[in-house]
Amino acid sequence: MIAIIDYDIGNLAAVANMFHRIGVACEVTAQPERIKLADKIVLPGNGAFDACMHALRASELLPLLEARIRGDKIPLLGICVGAQMLGHSSEEGSEPGLGWLDMRVKRFPSLQDLRVPHMGWNHVKTNKPGHPLVQGMDEETRFYFVHSYYMEPAKPDIVILTAHYGIDFAAAVCDKNVAGVQFHPEKSHRFGKQLLARFAREF
Amino acid sequence: MYRARIIPCLLLRGHGLVKTRKFKDPVYVGDPVNAVRIFSEKEVDELVVLDIDASRTGREPVYELIAEIAGECFMPVAYGGGIKTLSQVRKLIRCGIEKVVINSAAVESTALIHEAAAVFGSQAVVGAIDVRRTLLGGYRVFAKSGTQETKLKPEEHATALVEAGAGEIFLNNIDNDGQMQGYDLSLLKRVCSRVRVPVVACGGAGTVEHLNQALSEGGASAVAAGSMFIFHGRHRAVLINYPYNLQLWK
Repeated sequence: MIAIIDYDIGNLAAVANMFHRIGVACEVTAQPERIKLADKIVLPGNGAFDACMHALRASELLPLLEARIRGDKIPLLGICVGAQMLGHSSEEGSEPGLGWLDMRVKRFPSLQDLRVPHMGWNHVKTNKPGHPLVQGMDEETRFYFVHSYYMEPAKPDIVILTAHYGIDFAAAVCDKNVAGVQFHPEKSHRFGKQLLARFAREF
Repeated sequence: MYRARIIPCLLLRGHGLVKTRKFKDPVYVGDPVNAVRIFSEKEVDELVVLDIDASRTGREPVYELIAEIAGECFMPVAYGGGIKTLSQVRKLIRCGIEKVVINSAAVESTALIHEAAAVFGSQAVVGAIDVRRTLLGGYRVFAKSGTQETKLKPEEHATALVEAGAGEIFLNNIDNDGQMQGYDLSLLKRVCSRVRVPVVACGGAGTVEHLNQALSEGGASAVAAGSMFIFHGRHRAVLINYPYNLQLWK
């Protein structure tokens, strides 16, 4: 069972809806007993970085999540701000991040004709074609993005997908069992379904 | 360069899907959930669903229907109509939609936009503006599905909505609605030049050329259309359609 962590942020129904469509057992939950039983965890996130960090701390689930992910080393997928929170910090706020991935979150530069947020569909480039999360992606693959800040890993080797919006930025990162995607796979048609299916079955 | 979003805009009247002309004469065109399912299968970029009766009659959004619609959407979906309070916004997000479209409630005060953006983020808050050209050639904002004229100028209102926290502006010219003769490009230019967030053009699209004009000449970041994706041919036969693999780059 995949536990989708409910810490009262954003649209959780969409992630569960897509897992159900592809026949993957999942639960939207904030119950420690359920999270203890989970094989994998999805950490969604929407809105402001500090608001998400506050809400996650307030949920009192952090020690348990840390034990499951850093201790038991079960797979984790962070989505959007849920991925950004895996880094050390964000230029969007003053709260420290979780620090599970060696990266910082930066604001998109203000470039002419490129409005921020980056909102819409974008194609991705595969940095690690053999990686279980991105196998089978081709030039048609696209995802729905909506963000004003992007992840900047200290070392580029954890970047598995790159996208371009004025600058090249990390669309997906992964270090061992901890992965994060900047886009919304739950809102990216068959491309997102494929990615979530790979997370559920092959990661 | 980026890929501009092409967004079907669907109108609800209670539980039915309708299409208007100049915001009037709503014609029933089918079951909304069925239409949404077809659009989802056609892999549309995004969907905007607007209940055109809710604000005018002071009624609540139809939450069960919205949840059912959201469950069929494997793309982002925005809902607008009758949203007046933060608790309604919370309930709608819980229904599974990504964005709330706030129009009439933001005409008197931008407080709701501000509150919603603070809690759910600007990306979840769309400020919608319905506009009509005045006799003297200027523009005025209208509220309550075009039934209530205000003193607001669209470009000033757009700026106020963005300052309050709207992450996107959805701009519609009432007189172009359902005409399929092209967008109001001068209105688009006027608003797009004043705000830094994405502006979605709506009202008047009939051809792919119109969509391109809104992006290149009007300055819009994304394009929305109703009739173009619902009707087929001169006699406006109902046929849900969406150009396969159409890519508009901006």
